Amino acid sequence: MTILEFLQQPWPWYVAGPLIGLTVPALLLLGNKSFGISSSLRHICAACVPAKVPFFHYDWKKEAWNLFFVGGILLGGIIAGNLLSSPEPVAVNPKLVTTLAQYGITDFHSLVPGQLFNWPALLSVRGLVMMIGGGFLVGFGTRYAGGCTSGHAIMGLSTLQWPSLVATICFMIGGFFMANLVLPFILSL
Amino acid sequence: MNTWFSQLKYLLAGTIFGILLVKAEVISWFRIQEMFRLQSFHMYGVIGTAVIVGMLSVWLIKKFNIKTMDGETVVIHPKKFNKGQIYGGLIFGLGWAITGACPGPLFAQIGVGATVVAVTLLSAIAGTWVYGRFRDQLPH
Repeated sequence: MTILEFLQQPWPWYVAGPLIGLTVPALLLLGNKSFGISSSLRHICAACVPAKVPFFHYDWKKEAWNLFFVGGILLGGIIAGNLLSSPEPVAVNPKLVTTLAQYGITDFHSLVPGQLFNWPALLSVRGLVMMIGGGFLVGFGTRYAGGCTSGHAIMGLSTLQWPSLVATICFMIGGFFMANLVLPFILSL
Repeated sequence: MNTWFSQLKYLLAGTIFGILLVKAEVISWFRIQEMFRLQSFHMYGVIGTAVIVGMLSVWLIKKFNIKTMDGETVVIHPKKFNKGQIYGGLIFGLGWAITGACPGPLFAQIGVGATVVAVTLLSAIAGTWVYGRFRDQLPH
């Protein structure tokens, strides 16, 4: 097995998780930055459409590092997607495979299921609800909560902040409710 | 120190982080469904070990008073509790289960070629904007 083939396999949680955790000290030591990604969405609002909303009137350029960081994530996605992607389909729990088959989702070759998320699907009710509706909830909810998985679940818990524990528990409750009780209805639209 | 050049280190850190997100399959809609249906340990393992490593790192930084590259003392900003963490947290959870992505993975999903996720990202930016616009009317 070549090194490239080795890297192309999906990395197990006990390799990827600790490496993701190292982002916390990396950003602190690079420039005293607190790990957190959802703030980038606020900076984009402040830079592009501040309007007369006080929440978007601040010196976003001081926080520009965050925009470079998310630009890097995009670049990392391009690199990993083109050079390091696995030729094998995503290994999914057989129970989930059976469930998803009921909704016509049968292709597991990409990380983002093309049968749900594609341009023509934007014209369907299901696609609209999932892409426009889902995205809106992510942007609204993370800012309302003051952070997302990175800022609360990883950075907040790493620094033992109980408000972040509350937020993380609420993320999970919302996710469990949606995935088990509401999403089956959305998928059948 | 706010020159374009000094920002390149964050671009590099983001790139490495983006590769990690993809290779850990954290950006996969399928992995997120498994997590919320308790059908796989994977996501719990990723987030759990990330938190443990983050915690240990922060503890070491404080214990040995490790300075930043520029020689500054590391500052951790305390997060204040407000009800937004409950309401906003629940709302984000709903969105996370639908899109299979939190904000970071949205960028990575576009990178791996799911270009339509750019629409989801725009909608997330709109969501952030609407929150900012109606912030005063919302319970906190």
